[in-house]
Amino acid sequence: MAASSAGMSVLLCNNIKQIALFYPSQQRQSLCVIRGIYTPASLCQSKGQIKRKSAPKELVGVVGLEVHAQIHANTKLFSRAGVGFQAPPNSLVSFFDASLPGTLPVLNRRCVEAAVMTGLALNCFINKKSVFDRKHYFYADLPAGYQITQQRRPIAVDGTLTYSHLGGPKRNALVTRSVRIKQIQLEQDSGKSLHDDLRGQTLIDLNRAGVGLMELVMEPDMTCGDEAAAAIRELQLILQALGTCQGHMDEGQLRVDANVSVHKPGDPWGIRTEVKNINSVRNLARAIDYEIQRQVGVLDSGGTVQNETRSFDAKSGRTVAMRDKEGLQDYRFMPEPNLPPLMVYDHCSTVPPGVHPSQVVALEEVRAQLPEMPSVRRAMMVEAYDILPEHSFTLMNEEGLMDYFESVVRETKAGPRKVIGWVMNVLLGLLNQHSLGVSQSPITPKALAQLLDLQETGLISSSVAKQVFQELWKAPGKTARQVVQEQNLEIVNNSTEIHRICQEVVDTHPEQLQAIRDGNKRVLNKLIGLVQKETKGRADPVLVRAILEDMTS
Amino acid sequence: MLSLSIREVSLALREGRISPVELCQKCLKRIKKTHHLNAYITVTEKLALKQAEEAEIRLRKGVSKGPLDGIPFSVKDNFCTENIKTTCASKMLKNYIPPYSATVVEKLFDQGAVLMGKTNMDEFAMGAGSTDSAFGPVRNPWSYQAPYREQSEADPDNDWVITGGSSGGSAAAVASLTSFFSLGSDTGGSTRNPGALCGVVALKPTYGVVSRHGLIPLVNSMDVPGIITRRVHDAATVLGVLQGHDVKDSTTTTNNQSTLTDLPEELDLKNISVGIPKEYHAPGLSQETLAQWTRVANMFEEAGAKVEQVSLPHTQHSIVCYHVLCHAEVASNMARFDGLEYGHRSEVASSTEAMYATSRHEGFNDVVRGRILSGNYFLLKQNYDHYFVKAQQVRRLIAEDFQRVFSSGVDLLLTPTTLSDAMRYTDFIQEDNRTRSAQEDIFTQPVNMAGLPAVSVPTALSSRGLPIGLQLIGPAFQDRKLLALAQWIEQRVGFAPIRYLGVTGEGAAGVDFRDREHISVV
Repeated sequence: MAASSAGMSVLLCNNIKQIALFYPSQQRQSLCVIRGIYTPASLCQSKGQIKRKSAPKELVGVVGLEVHAQIHANTKLFSRAGVGFQAPPNSLVSFFDASLPGTLPVLNRRCVEAAVMTGLALNCFINKKSVFDRKHYFYADLPAGYQITQQRRPIAVDGTLTYSHLGGPKRNALVTRSVRIKQIQLEQDSGKSLHDDLRGQTLIDLNRAGVGLMELVMEPDMTCGDEAAAAIRELQLILQALGTCQGHMDEGQLRVDANVSVHKPGDPWGIRTEVKNINSVRNLARAIDYEIQRQVGVLDSGGTVQNETRSFDAKSGRTVAMRDKEGLQDYRFMPEPNLPPLMVYDHCSTVPPGVHPSQVVALEEVRAQLPEMPSVRRAMMVEAYDILPEHSFTLMNEEGLMDYFESVVRETKAGPRKVIGWVMNVLLGLLNQHSLGVSQSPITPKALAQLLDLQETGLISSSVAKQVFQELWKAPGKTARQVVQEQNLEIVNNSTEIHRICQEVVDTHPEQLQAIRDGNKRVLNKLIGLVQKETKGRADPVLVRAILEDMTS
Repeated sequence: MLSLSIREVSLALREGRISPVELCQKCLKRIKKTHHLNAYITVTEKLALKQAEEAEIRLRKGVSKGPLDGIPFSVKDNFCTENIKTTCASKMLKNYIPPYSATVVEKLFDQGAVLMGKTNMDEFAMGAGSTDSAFGPVRNPWSYQAPYREQSEADPDNDWVITGGSSGGSAAAVASLTSFFSLGSDTGGSTRNPGALCGVVALKPTYGVVSRHGLIPLVNSMDVPGIITRRVHDAATVLGVLQGHDVKDSTTTTNNQSTLTDLPEELDLKNISVGIPKEYHAPGLSQETLAQWTRVANMFEEAGAKVEQVSLPHTQHSIVCYHVLCHAEVASNMARFDGLEYGHRSEVASSTEAMYATSRHEGFNDVVRGRILSGNYFLLKQNYDHYFVKAQQVRRLIAEDFQRVFSSGVDLLLTPTTLSDAMRYTDFIQEDNRTRSAQEDIFTQPVNMAGLPAVSVPTALSSRGLPIGLQLIGPAFQDRKLLALAQWIEQRVGFAPIRYLGVTGEGAAGVDFRDREHISVV
């Protein structure tokens, strides 16, 4: 028994450590709601860490992002081969994707629509005429020896992305910022190379070759990992709402490279590094903050930052310089001669004759299809349910949580503010503790709604409700009512019975009684606790307080 | 039988006077007899006979697929043909068998045309002589005709003339009666140049009228599938089959302005205005070619057409800019030949980079490598504006020259196709490929820069007994009008195509001798 408890406590410790990544302390639980993008060493809230006593002004980070978002489409950007993440190697490859001589690109209209829609959602100016270019470099997973991209005139330019994160000295204030989007360009994805060092072989999978990408270039308007992470999380939500990109970083649908430098505010920017191989929003924040600290350290010790590409190692939490394979690259850009300029029209009525209707992308049509943006949805949530703005962020950021919350609200008599408390503090806490997603919750919205109803109608006390929640977690098949009945957890509001118990407690605790009578009213809570302990929390707390107050007065 | 026009032989086939299989066999026999010309890289004998048999069944039932059903043709070896080697006359693709056919090839198959084989060319279409092929040079069939032989004292194996290029194999195949028509490609004159030198009709359609899908590119923005026939009317027939929007080629036009059916037999030239661009009086233009140019201009005038001198002032800058743009696109287009997915792969395996480098070095000839090198130089960041952008600007000026002339009321332009008749092979190779390309493409490449239609029509034999061709250039999408006027010329100049092979070419002994020399590479 002892051994197993020791085991348990180790497990528990591990769990706590894990949770601590998200919830550094219990008190802060309700504040740290934007899960997944919080890092303990956040530079945004703790700039003091990098303050140098000798310097009048401290070095701050300058962060720009390059995002490659795989367009959610059935087929590739220039061919009719399918798009799929886990298909057998080289099973989704058209002749064009393998660059067989004589094949030509044919632009996928869906990809254009996706880029236009994304551009509109990010407040971009849509270029009515954009063009494609070839970017040349030799690499085994780039079979044509060039990538078709939009270097000279991309489809969308000059946008903004507005995002919020928790900032301020106590990290509990919702800070709203925006980052400029320089451009969105359409381009081809490359294939994948698999290096077999043992046999000295490289295996090539061209399934991904030619998949449509939107490259979004964000200006260096951010200063730390938290901001970058919040911006990317907001971008994910927008892309998912639009349906233009599924946005899963771990599947490579969204790939983020960070350009990081440090400088003293007012000074020119420092030499930047590019950080690659970041596979989650959380790691984006970690990578950027590590890199800022590293650069500050280099400068502090009198060194200079090298302009280089660095790779983030999620295990160690560090960035390491990548082997520079190519040296200085000249991509020898050239217009893609096989594709006429990409035209986007205002209305269908402004399309010149001779253009086939199936090829037309009209701004008005795309605009009309724009779904509700996450920011709008959040504002509506705050308004409709009278919840805090930061709660609305959590509801959006956690996949499925919004639906969960709304389902519970719909089904229970309890008010939304009560529901949000349960969802944020109890449900999310347990989910995080067990590393579960919302969809994996053992407690369905309906079960939670029933539980809250029992509490709302006064059938159980709030402490019993939490007990029942734990029971339900362990036995998902049961209903709250069943648990209450089986374990006899109904509230005790029989005043004779409560009176008896209260008397017993008062009688056995003369010192406390004296203290209260001497004026220390807070000791009353101790007695209330003892009564609840006796009744297993079932006693009606209002009644208990009233009786005890009466007895101790 | 083999010297008939497509219209004539097609009628004979439908009327049952000739059988497709018999016709096919005759062509195959002729291919063997003319082996010394080295016109074909691959002869698709089995497929041809199979297709001919299928055509025969159809025609016997009276269900012809159209004017090309059962008609033997050939295709330049830079058009992809499914399950048939497509080499681009390069070591790089020596054993390359594409898994698909070019749109133009598919269209011809759909029409029941019978493929005889894939024709020889300059490697990757880079050249103007059909002398730079990994499979050896192509010989001009007129070298073996009486008019040439009579004034030559040398042995026919040492004294023969080039076909021009790069579609020399196609031109030779049509001229020597082994195909009724042939597909060439025309980037700077590669169809019209050998057409002129081999005495056949060579059409370069308007850019965008015929699909390039499956044509292994030289310069994507200028390449056009070309049509080589012995009669103008035949070129119109083939164009009628090939033209049209192709979803696989985004640069093909959706609005078809030229609907080609039959060409008019009679033409009233009263309202026709013919422009003679003065800039085409270039240094090196032979007296005989000039004489032909004058002769046809006079014919037009006598028939009531308005013939006037016009100016295309930027012509002289065209060839330099053409080369810059050509080399830049070549550098880009050739990047895919790395030996990984297909094509020649070197034995060197010390690193991926070393494998690329040696594969490309071994696979390409020095002409291709030279163009890749200079093309990449033009595209370097520091050079791009100075070369590529400048060349593009001049390209626009050249296109505007043509537009200005055509909008001033000129219907078409009459020019020589080449400076002179065909050069002897031994003379031609005295200069390098670049020099020769600059000379040979001088009158043809501006048309590609502007995307216009042009056709070369043979008008006469020179005093050396070699054909001379003239070029007609029309406004974009006026391909049909262009051919109608070309036919008018054809009807009046009285040029006689080869009807049978000349005395020295048909001798069995001679053929055997040359076979030994050339078969090995195929």
